[in-house]
Amino acid sequence: MSRPEDNLPPDLYYNDTESRKYTTSSRVQSIQATMTNRALELLDLTTSSFILDIGCGSGLSGEILSEAEPPHTWIGVDISPSMLAVALDREVDGDLLLGDMGQGLPFRAGSFDAAISISAIQWLCNEDEKGVDPKTRLSRFFDSLYACLKRDGKAVCQFYPRDDKQRDMICSAAIKAGFGAGLLEDDPETKNKKLYLVLTVGGEGNK
Amino acid sequence: MKLLTANFLSCAVKACKSSPLSFPLHFKDAELASKSVPYNPVLLSNLLPRLDWPALVTSSKELGFALPDSKPDVARISTPSAASSPSDGDDTAMSMGATDEDEKTLRMLHKVLMETEVVEGKMVCGSCGFEYGIHQTVANFLLPSHLG
Ligand SMILES: [Zn+2]
Repeated sequence: MSRPEDNLPPDLYYNDTESRKYTTSSRVQSIQATMTNRALELLDLTTSSFILDIGCGSGLSGEILSEAEPPHTWIGVDISPSMLAVALDREVDGDLLLGDMGQGLPFRAGSFDAAISISAIQWLCNEDEKGVDPKTRLSRFFDSLYACLKRDGKAVCQFYPRDDKQRDMICSAAIKAGFGAGLLEDDPETKNKKLYLVLTVGGEGNK
Repeated sequence: MKLLTANFLSCAVKACKSSPLSFPLHFKDAELASKSVPYNPVLLSNLLPRLDWPALVTSSKELGFALPDSKPDVARISTPSAASSPSDGDDTAMSMGATDEDEKTLRMLHKVLMETEVVEGKMVCGSCGFEYGIHQTVANFLLPSHLG
């Protein structure tokens, strides 16, 4: 199976056709729902919360956040205008921003109770078209994520690293930003294995 | 772009990080619309302490309506008790625990923060002057390479 991350930047890969294909595929929808529900479970939010969805795409995860019990309010950021156009068509409740997580998240300190990201952060490991290297993009992302979460905030990022080296590079960037970080693997040793990076602010991580 | 989101966004340009003028971003040529979303008083009371009220007053003024000068005081509403079934989550049940006055305030905040949207327009940084375009409610925060 080829990884889209190896071929094109996400804003070009998720063009109108791919965005619609992605969103209407029932297989994608069901995997996305499973992963979002798992991320929510790991966030363990006891009350209606304000959540940032990083790489929100067409809002598949966001809908689950809106309909959760208790229901949450979310803001989604994505680099693909085509994906966001599909989200608008689907009339999701969350607010949407076009942005590149590798440039840093433009929110003030302590904005969000929590953040989720489903199948997105491995894109940070690609050099962008301006030649900005992955290390810089990762640290901009994690530093800004750390800052925009509340002091007891939490983030769960499901991601698909290309290999162990890439996985470690992502984890160490998170820890360097100050997060307490844990990795969780669902269905290990299968082709459906899913990796979750669980990040806590003010956790055991030390800068 | 909802007013809720605008209250948490500051200029993405690196040189503006330390400038107090980079928040809030200022609305220009804004076209407004109203979009109905479910009322969630628990969330609103959770958010209220985090709101930057002077910034919200500024944003509202730019969009042509007025808010009180000081942040209203609303007691934190806890999660509706587990005893009430999720299916009867009508508005009255959700707001249990809030006084009439609080209820009025939360309804006002709901309308302003959650349901008022800028459909087209710009947000301008008071520090560097960069203009973030808003098109079909989506603000564009992609920075050109010399700024990112
Ligand atoms: Zn600026």
